[in-house]
Amino acid sequence: MLTTYIYPKFEYRTPPEIASGKTLKVPVVVVGAGPVGLGAALDLEQQGVPVLLLDEDDTVSIGSRGVCYAKRALEILDRYGVGDAVCSKGVSWNVGRTFFREQEVYNFNLVPEPDHHRPGMVNLQQYYLEEYLAARAASRPNIDLRWRNKIVSVAQTGKTVTLKVETEDGFYSVETDWLIAADGARSPIRRMLGLDIEGKIFMDRFLIADVVMKADFPAERWFWFDPPFHPGQSVLLHKQADSVFRIDFQLGWDADPEEAKKPENVLPRIKAMLGAFDGAVDKPAREFELEWVSVYTFQCRRMGSFNHGRVLFVGDAAHQVSPFGARGANSGLQDADNLGWKLKLVLDGKAPEKLLDSYSEERIFAADENLVNSTRSTDFITPKSKASRTFRNAVLGLAKDHAFGRALVNSGRLSVPAFLTTSSLNTPDCAGDTFAGRMVPGAPMDDAPIIENCDAGWLLNKVGKEFVLLCFVDDPKSLDPAVLAVSSAPSARDTAPGSAGGITFADIPLRTVVVSRKPGTVGGGIPTLEDPRGIAAQRYDAKPGTVYLLRPDQHVAARWRSLDAAKVKAAVARATCNA
Amino acid sequence: MALNLNPNFSEVGKRYFNAYSPGDDFYEMLINAHRDLSDEQSELLNARLILLLANHIGDIGTLREALNVAREGV
Ligand SMILES: Cc1cc2nc3c(=O)[nH]c(=O)nc-3n(C[C@H](O)[C@H](O)[C@H](O)COP(=O)(O)OP(=O)(O)OC[C@H]3O[C@@H](n4cnc5c(N)ncnc54)[C@H](O)[C@@H]3O)c2cc1C
Repeated sequence: MLTTYIYPKFEYRTPPEIASGKTLKVPVVVVGAGPVGLGAALDLEQQGVPVLLLDEDDTVSIGSRGVCYAKRALEILDRYGVGDAVCSKGVSWNVGRTFFREQEVYNFNLVPEPDHHRPGMVNLQQYYLEEYLAARAASRPNIDLRWRNKIVSVAQTGKTVTLKVETEDGFYSVETDWLIAADGARSPIRRMLGLDIEGKIFMDRFLIADVVMKADFPAERWFWFDPPFHPGQSVLLHKQADSVFRIDFQLGWDADPEEAKKPENVLPRIKAMLGAFDGAVDKPAREFELEWVSVYTFQCRRMGSFNHGRVLFVGDAAHQVSPFGARGANSGLQDADNLGWKLKLVLDGKAPEKLLDSYSEERIFAADENLVNSTRSTDFITPKSKASRTFRNAVLGLAKDHAFGRALVNSGRLSVPAFLTTSSLNTPDCAGDTFAGRMVPGAPMDDAPIIENCDAGWLLNKVGKEFVLLCFVDDPKSLDPAVLAVSSAPSARDTAPGSAGGITFADIPLRTVVVSRKPGTVGGGIPTLEDPRGIAAQRYDAKPGTVYLLRPDQHVAARWRSLDAAKVKAAVARATCNA
Repeated sequence: MALNLNPNFSEVGKRYFNAYSPGDDFYEMLINAHRDLSDEQSELLNARLILLLANHIGDIGTLREALNVAREGV
């Protein structure tokens, strides 16, 4: 049906367990190879954990679903090895226009903040994202990816989860220590375990249409409130890759989805909209081809807890939000990012299982923030009462002339990562240490341009995966020798055992990375990043001697104005539930 | 005191990581205050709210300016 995209068909292979009749035993199973399951598998694989990844289907997401992938998701995708593919295929846009009835109320230009590797967001059809992730996963020897393998039952006894898997050649059983449920909004695993997910359905329907434009069209986001060609409702237009434009028409709850989807009803709507786009309804119609139409409703809900014994829920299986603000896949990838390193430490016996409670705690905090923001957008876009509609229209009217009105227009807030400020894994700042800026304990790291060995690069590509002690200096020559001593780089650990008050981090890997205003290296195998314009130091409000403890998922765990090995040790212990 | 037409919401003791958050906080509170009211009750609530805020602002010059801006767009 699509003219611009051919769905890949992934190969099914008969699982060896069908012939052998043996139960497959593995440490981790991920169910669902959507964007989140694929992300979780790639995260664990990078941590050195072998993963069995099962999906009942053999292709990518069908039709038009996710569109916008935000900066934080792109940074995570960089670590999973597909950031470049997504960004080069994806469409960047900066200009957004907001219309109320027939008038443009205002426009904005989201010029990306300079000195970050990734932009605020890119637009890309979800099937491309999944295709890139699936290709990456298939190339990793530690991921056993099985298509057309469907979970039909799941049981938990003690420390083991037992799964029954159905294939066209028959059934087999799997026993695993940990099960990651990434099986989507309807999550069969959630249902089979009898677990609830609470929230509400929004009483509204949306028609989505993907159209291929035959002529040039600006890469802008257009949002209409109550347009003449679709009175009383909202319409959103977005550019995706391959000149495919995505249009979302709000239909209202009473619309008949089957009727709305019929070409004779869809086409006139799109024609009228394109007429308005060109500023003249009577102009000859632009040429376009309809690629995809569907009608959707959505829910805003989440599970009470994202971990249940040895089963961990991620992505849509754990939480669903309205699409306004594009938080589904974006937040699901952050679930994977949060979970991977924790599960690795637990599997290695380096952290208690309690650490996985913090996965649930932190991602529920993030999910609630996403639910609040997407619900607010939804309430603004689709007011539920006369009073609410009057206020909405008043805001739109004021927005034309007044900055405060523009700030209140809410047609979807860009997905941003949660600042995990209340997390029990954070070590609060010491009483005497004061910091300006936003890199508080729990903050997702800001990026900054750096130079390493004469190569220009990005801070975020140099940290993560393990705990990192990020030490700021003015000159590599002036590095506090204590920094060398706490580094767990094997050479440093072997040559300087106990020299910093007897501390070692043999159990939890801790890498040291130095950021220096002046060029040079500190030696000892410690990476030295030059910060020639002082942007990293400025974003982290760092002075010479300032030290940040960074989590493997690039959140700030703790920070100090000077290094105290005992404090670092305590903070690592706290961030891993070893305190 | 000139009428402030720039974004101006904030809450004491609260730290914001996104510029839109304080305005969205207020807007949600405002819409929630109307929940389950009839249209007539909503109108009354709005009237009471305007009177309370006007008294709080107090400065007649500012209020005159606000009334003019409000009326221009009606
Ligand atoms: C209209 C619309 C617009 C959206 N826009 C955006 C956006 O702009 N940005 C964004 O980030 N998100 C967006 N989303 C949300 C996004 O599509 C979802 O959040 C995302 O797909 C969730 O990924 P997931 O991996 O958790 O689940 P899914 O993508 O649903 O994947 C679940 C997988 O589990 C497999 N599975 C299910 N049951 C079994 C079983 N029993 N055995 C084996 N495998 C099984 C399925 O085959 C599937 O592959 C949008 C959604 C919609 C509907």
